[in-house]
Amino acid sequence: MRNAIFAIALLLATPFGLAMASGHEPETEDADIDLTDHASLQRGAKYFMNYCLGCHSLKYMRYSRVAQDIGISDSDLRNNLLYGNAKPGDMITNSMRPEDGELWFGAVVPDLTLVARWRTPDWVYTYLKSFYLDDSRPYGVNNLMFPDVGMPPVLSGLQGIQEPVYAEGYEPAPGAPVDKAHVIGVKLVKQGSLTPEQYDAMARDLTNFLTYIGEPMKLQRQQLGIYVLLFLGVLFVLAFYLKKEYWKDVH
Amino acid sequence: MSAAPTEPSGFIGWLDKRFPILHVWNAHFADYYAPKNLNFWSFFGSLALLVLVIQIVTGIWLAMNYKPSAVDAFASVEYIMRDVDWGWLIRYLHSTGASAFFIVIYLHMFRALMWGSYRKPRELLWIIGVIIYLAMMATAFFGYLLPWGQMSYWGAQVIVNLFAAVPDIGEPLSAWVRGDYVISDATLNRFFAFHFLIPFLLAGLVFIHIVALHRVGSNNPDGIEIKDKKDENGRPLDGIPFHPYYTVKDTVGVVGFLAIFAAIVFFAPDFGGLFLEGPNFQPADPLKTPPHIAPVWYFTPFYAMLRAVPPIAGSQFPGVVVMFAAILIMFFLPWLDRSPVKSMRYKGKISRIALGLFVVSFIALAYLGLMPASDLYTFLSRVFTIIYFAFFILMPIYSKLDKTLPVPERVTL
Repeated sequence: MRNAIFAIALLLATPFGLAMASGHEPETEDADIDLTDHASLQRGAKYFMNYCLGCHSLKYMRYSRVAQDIGISDSDLRNNLLYGNAKPGDMITNSMRPEDGELWFGAVVPDLTLVARWRTPDWVYTYLKSFYLDDSRPYGVNNLMFPDVGMPPVLSGLQGIQEPVYAEGYEPAPGAPVDKAHVIGVKLVKQGSLTPEQYDAMARDLTNFLTYIGEPMKLQRQQLGIYVLLFLGVLFVLAFYLKKEYWKDVH
Repeated sequence: MSAAPTEPSGFIGWLDKRFPILHVWNAHFADYYAPKNLNFWSFFGSLALLVLVIQIVTGIWLAMNYKPSAVDAFASVEYIMRDVDWGWLIRYLHSTGASAFFIVIYLHMFRALMWGSYRKPRELLWIIGVIIYLAMMATAFFGYLLPWGQMSYWGAQVIVNLFAAVPDIGEPLSAWVRGDYVISDATLNRFFAFHFLIPFLLAGLVFIHIVALHRVGSNNPDGIEIKDKKDENGRPLDGIPFHPYYTVKDTVGVVGFLAIFAAIVFFAPDFGGLFLEGPNFQPADPLKTPPHIAPVWYFTPFYAMLRAVPPIAGSQFPGVVVMFAAILIMFFLPWLDRSPVKSMRYKGKISRIALGLFVVSFIALAYLGLMPASDLYTFLSRVFTIIYFAFFILMPIYSKLDKTLPVPERVTL
């Protein structure tokens, strides 16, 4: 039996090892978010409503639920986060039409309710920090995490301007267009209105907020899970000794 | 039979005169004798029944808020996750239940392979089981389209296109299945109808499976018939009444299973992207093909086989045939095994190695089916596909050649 398990493990290890070696997705940075940090989530909500909502909706989520979950009072919600004639019970939508996005950015602007689930929080965080200058693109920027992204650099006023960093041994000819195949990183060349630390904190708050939006019941789910497992643990002990009691006369 | 000499009174007595409640209870629980040496591996039958019930109950509750239309389906799932009271729990129970169902059934089938539970007199029991497995796969396939995410959409597109590979009638056949030229609202509607219907057929098949089981009696790790040795009352010497012995024992299995199940539901419902795939959190977009399409993990062994077979004259049909043959060949298993003994305990080295290689191939194919195709992976898929089929096709030879151990007269504890 032990030999069989070992043989299976060895056989399985072969393709898994190969798969590990062949992955070449750009590396993400640890977003280091904390869903219990209400202050961070509230800042994230503020940034989202101010910088993102113009184009990106959160159309499966209601304002009132967000406010309730992350500790925003009804008056703060109405005074600071609701724009136009939005009401607390409304979904977080905007007035951009899909065809507007295609016309202006070359693609329908995605709804971001679930972005942290079809990507990962780390991806979102790294994406926000990975814009770089690329004159070949309509808005003059490209993104390390999302090659040829249609999104303009809406946060560059805060972050500043980043240039591409090339792989070692690659020297771009002066004046040649950016060859994104060789870009391995970005470097800040002109600071915006925030310091790099402040910008990282902002990207982290936004990522935290979007992760919360992706699965608003996550903390509740884990908390309930502890009670369910404790209950099942006790039930298991009882069931086990009940079985033992019944089975003691089976020989 | 040991009919009770006194007639029951009270409500049960009233009921029993009109419906054979005591007869059913005795025949299937209190007076149904199961081998006393059943071990860990026999938990998976009752667990499969439990998961079926979980799926039907959570499924009906999901259907109360789900909308089977291309426009509303994705949003209605998020509505369940966010606005329906406990909707997230019902949905995660259902999505985790789908994977749990296949894990439990795969272990249940592995148990049958180990104990020789497909051998005479249990051939029909095994065949009903394979039909149940086919019905499960159909339900799972229909159900996977319903969230209307990118992977739902493109996975269904790939699988339905398999029908298009059938020579001559392929194109009209696949259009007939979809009800359209692409996966669309029409497809979603009919898939929902089938996803709702098949579980009830499944429940009926499970009933037939249990009736057949209780006719022939449960197998056991020794693979010997307890009915061959009976006491003066006609009760198997190595048997114990299912109730209370196995009702209390299966309770332990059920609670243990629920603990693992709950740990996944509450702490890792995505299960690292295996149970809920990342791309499926994006709504279906008929104009945007995802870079890598893979079916859910429980289908990937067969998907790997499909990709492993090279197209002949530009047609994928041979791959489709191989994929379906991989399941249909299971029907013949009872007549492929020529070993004089049933259980792996008393079979020889060759049979054990064959079963080990078969399990390794199945798991490896599952992994390969999840991965993007590459030359190496295609080569490995071919090797493992050949091993998978060799397990069945060569069985009449190796099971006969194999040196067996002496089988005991009575079960061993």
